[in-house]
Amino acid sequence: MAITEERALESGIDALVHPDDEIGVWKRPDSNRGWTSWLTTVDHKRIGIMYGAVALFFFVIGGIEALVIRTQLAGPEQDLISGQVYNQFFTMHATTMVFLFVMPILAGFANYMVPLMIGARDVAFPRLNALGFWIFFFGGLFLYSSFFLGGMADCGWFCYAPNSLKQFSSGHGVDFWVLGLQITGIASLSGAINLIVTTINMRAPGMTMMKMPIFVWMSLVAQVLLLFAMPVITVALFLLMFDRLFDANFFNVAAGADPLLWQHLFWIFGHPEVYILVLPAMGIVSEILPTFSRKPLFGYPFVVFSGIAIGFMGWGVWAHHMFASGLGPIGVSAFAASTMFIAVPTGVKIFNWLGTIWRGNIRFDTPMLFALAFVGMFVIGGLSGVTHSIAPADTQQTDTYYIVAHFHYVLFGGSIMGIFGGLYYWWPKMFGRQLDEGLGKVHFWINLIGFNLTFGPMHILGLQGMPRRTQTYAEGMGWDVWNLMSTIGSYLIAVALLVFIYNIWRTYKRAVPAAADPWDGRTLEWSIPSPPPIHNFDVEPTVEHLDQWFHDKYEETLDGKIVKRDPAPTLLAEPQQHSDEGEPIWPSSVHMPSPSYWPMVVAAGLPMISFGLIFHLAISFVGVTVVLAGIYGWSLEPSAEERH
Amino acid sequence: MTATTEAAPLESEGHEETPGHGHLTSTGLSNEKLAMWVFLGSECLLFGGLVSTYLLYRNRVPASQGPKVSDIFDIPFTSVSSFVLLMSSLTMVLAVAAIRRGDEHRTRTWLVTTALLGATFIAGQIYEFTVFFREGLGFTTNLGGSAFYGLTGFHGVHVSLGIVMLLSLFALSARGKLGPERAETVDIIGLYWHFVDVVWIVIFTVIYLIPI
Amino acid sequence: MTSPQPPRVRPSRVRFGVLVVGLGLLLAACAENAPQDTLEPEGPISRQIDDLVTPIFWVAIVIGLAVLAAILYASWAFRRSRQGEDYIPPQIHGNTRLEIGWTIAPAVLLAVIAVPTVSTILDLADRPADAMDVTVYGAQWWWEYEYPSTSTRGPVVTANELHIPIDQPVHLTMTSRDVIHSYWVPKLAGKKDVVPGRWHTLTIQADEPGEYFGQCVEFCGASHANMRLRVIAHTPDEFEDWLDHNAADRTAPPAGSLEATGEDLITAKGCTTCHVLRGVSTADQIEALRGRLIRVDGDPTPFAPDLTHVGSRGTFAGSLFDLNIGELKAWLRNPPERKDGSLMPNLNLTEDEIDALANYLLSLD
Repeated sequence: MAITEERALESGIDALVHPDDEIGVWKRPDSNRGWTSWLTTVDHKRIGIMYGAVALFFFVIGGIEALVIRTQLAGPEQDLISGQVYNQFFTMHATTMVFLFVMPILAGFANYMVPLMIGARDVAFPRLNALGFWIFFFGGLFLYSSFFLGGMADCGWFCYAPNSLKQFSSGHGVDFWVLGLQITGIASLSGAINLIVTTINMRAPGMTMMKMPIFVWMSLVAQVLLLFAMPVITVALFLLMFDRLFDANFFNVAAGADPLLWQHLFWIFGHPEVYILVLPAMGIVSEILPTFSRKPLFGYPFVVFSGIAIGFMGWGVWAHHMFASGLGPIGVSAFAASTMFIAVPTGVKIFNWLGTIWRGNIRFDTPMLFALAFVGMFVIGGLSGVTHSIAPADTQQTDTYYIVAHFHYVLFGGSIMGIFGGLYYWWPKMFGRQLDEGLGKVHFWINLIGFNLTFGPMHILGLQGMPRRTQTYAEGMGWDVWNLMSTIGSYLIAVALLVFIYNIWRTYKRAVPAAADPWDGRTLEWSIPSPPPIHNFDVEPTVEHLDQWFHDKYEETLDGKIVKRDPAPTLLAEPQQHSDEGEPIWPSSVHMPSPSYWPMVVAAGLPMISFGLIFHLAISFVGVTVVLAGIYGWSLEPSAEERH
Repeated sequence: MTATTEAAPLESEGHEETPGHGHLTSTGLSNEKLAMWVFLGSECLLFGGLVSTYLLYRNRVPASQGPKVSDIFDIPFTSVSSFVLLMSSLTMVLAVAAIRRGDEHRTRTWLVTTALLGATFIAGQIYEFTVFFREGLGFTTNLGGSAFYGLTGFHGVHVSLGIVMLLSLFALSARGKLGPERAETVDIIGLYWHFVDVVWIVIFTVIYLIPI
Repeated sequence: MTSPQPPRVRPSRVRFGVLVVGLGLLLAACAENAPQDTLEPEGPISRQIDDLVTPIFWVAIVIGLAVLAAILYASWAFRRSRQGEDYIPPQIHGNTRLEIGWTIAPAVLLAVIAVPTVSTILDLADRPADAMDVTVYGAQWWWEYEYPSTSTRGPVVTANELHIPIDQPVHLTMTSRDVIHSYWVPKLAGKKDVVPGRWHTLTIQADEPGEYFGQCVEFCGASHANMRLRVIAHTPDEFEDWLDHNAADRTAPPAGSLEATGEDLITAKGCTTCHVLRGVSTADQIEALRGRLIRVDGDPTPFAPDLTHVGSRGTFAGSLFDLNIGELKAWLRNPPERKDGSLMPNLNLTEDEIDALANYLLSLD
């Protein structure tokens, strides 16, 4: 069946290659059916779902690690686990939550939603997108293989030198950590390039930057931050790797090295990283609040610019993580000031969210509950953050549980609440089923109460002098009751998560399909069926307004009332059609990228290289060969095959 | 079915073979070219981190621990090899110009020349490294050694990968697959090559030219 | 598609959560035994920090409660159950004057906060003219202090318990022997990292005589949680007495006593390979131990506390254990089992040897 041979494959590498050139041992996959099709998919929606599923799996692992930590700390002088084991648990808890849960699930949301929200068929580089997922997946597995191969990293998620050197951390745990993060870093970087190009280059006609949905904007800023922050931690990790594996001297104090180099490099990455973790979640909240208030986002341009401002200013505050590290008073003063002022754009967002719901018509479905909780909890975390910026006070607060309270309020009360909101909000779109509302509300309330019970007392613990990263504490310090409270709260969080998992299972079992637009949404993803057809849009949308879909549905009467248009707009796609063999089919004018197994091949080579660096160099050579062969095979394969 | 090879002029830039679109990109730049620019942006931070490390460490070497880089480098030699790399950027530009006007023979000539000049540069680096090593400065010798080899080593790897890409383009051209409609591909590799060259200018200045 | 009525209990539930936190904060101020409580400063430096931050805390709490109240109020006032499912409110897109206002107001507030902040930073960084100097060495997982010698008295080296006079600033100059540690005695001052290859300073001062608790507060390995410290403040006279006593060599044990046996074991078992015990260690041993600044990779000898007057201390092993016969014996039996990753090995001592050594160490006042 001739589809595209008339149209010259206009740009890109495609016309370089001919199907006869392909070198793959196996025939190129061409099916979009069956579980194996997930392994070779290049569809941004499926990749987004895989990111989310794997991320949620790691969330559970990180959560178990947290429960072990909290159980150990429930009372003073407990020794359920030794110091060495405890140190592995808090290291991996943080590493998992940051790199294997929040970052990938936000990448998953961006993957799924950004093309839909901008009216595109897919991202700019679909196979690169698949590569990113598989690298993340294998990287996470690699990191956790350390559990079975001699012990996990125990240096803390920030892994300061010189404690991270072989002299003080002689097992392989730190090596697994270094190499695991290098691997997942490649995934982040490739995803960032992909999403930035997609967002800048592939918007539907008429969608200027200032008509993009706010989630797309916040994702874009986060991806730009990723683009520039990942190389810095890459350098730090390489330097540490060279010291550990090849006896270099980058952190060797006896050779004159400065341990603060690691801290600077890590935090120049680490501070933009926290905005990477929160900005997309702020974007999600900024989508949910208008939908469930039936009002547009208040001050859209200001929310956009405050996001950009946070992105910029985030590069100038890193040393507030180092106020007690010996920077000198001029450095401390400069960073104290810059840190204070980054509160301004953050405050702008919070006020605009309040402005959004003010005089709205609010409905408290589960997504909205999570979005409102985000605003409330994030404000608490943000304000404790402002107290950290008072550098002399921070010399009392830093490295205590007061800091643990702060970042959990912004990352859990903030990002994770936003993530749950996004999951409930977009679940019907992604899966064609709506998560149960009753269970959702139970999940929400147990979560909110458990969260505050866990992390609220930590403010007190920190101010009363309890340090972080300690596997136990003495009796008689006044910390016992707050720690116990916190532990009880953590178990409540676990219960809430079980409710959520049960909800997912229950929803999977039910057959009640969701509508295309169950929430009366404002953005383009609600203008297509749930779930969307593989090609997203039958007809490319034309955009004239921000919140175009809302404008398509509603109009303003002469006396200023907003009423539904009649007739209601048609959806921009038919539900997925299938061939007789059950394969999805799409209109003949639409040109879709084809599945491919090369991304998985290339991704598989990276852990091999890493195992080889730790255990035996021969394995690395095999890994390099696999990667090179994969890249070669990939480059000889056109991005899309003709359909037969 | 063979893909058509009708020459599409430079307007092919910006007409995306993105699934189903077939129309202009929002910026007019093709996705691939935009991606290369974006990638090079991240590379700036990578080399920035390595340069900063070098700047911090080059003079912190205790006297007892071996030579500093500035004690043993040979500026004239490295200047020549820098010039070689600079010239390779010129030949790269010529390669892009050649393919744009459809001169596939010249394209191959300039591609291979660029690759050879790059390889000459790498050979010069390797020679310099062996000289340094014989003079007592290895990767593990001291702080300056680690920082120097780290920075120049990363750069050398980037140059080498560039040479591989240039030779791949040469091979494709030799098989008749690199017509003028593919000019942008060469252009994009050219962007990468020029970037690697600019980074060398920074490295050369920082290591060799800025007084201690 | 209808949705169930929003539960009416909702706003009060969230208010409850807020109350728990607020009540907790209040209770914190009333906590009786919190020896590392930063909210109960007991010296001018920690008080200066507390005075700076307390009003800002209250401002933050007020702002936080105001935002939470706004969310709760809006949730109640503009809920759909009250306004009807079909009502679509005016699609207000923003208000530029508000935007400018709530950009400038916080910026001004922060600028106001910045001024005393910076001046406090600069103030605390200065070394007070009347300060007394002590050198602090952090090592895995204990603290060493060195008081400089004077014209009348040699240097004093001790471990874990920092003795200071009251009403005088004490200027600590600190470095680490291995990894990064951090010195913190919350009631007297903020913390400062203790970094190998660098010298950092910290000034502390106590108002009253007494014992102040602290601990290492930068993750430093297996026994980071066990690396604790005490600061013991004396009146100036008592402090001088303490210095003089500690500058002297050890109190020799009576001949033939159990303690004397213990002293013999100190040499026989190789304790002076790592520990300095003035009166027992040879000059070469002291030179070898005290001449090193950091623990170089491959050097088998860890840094170990000076034992000359260990019996006069109230705690040992990084202030982890009280110094008494039971704890000392338990330690000597198997140090790594008592403290994760301890660099002091198990010497496989017999019970008699342990008995003699423990009594001897207790006698070293």
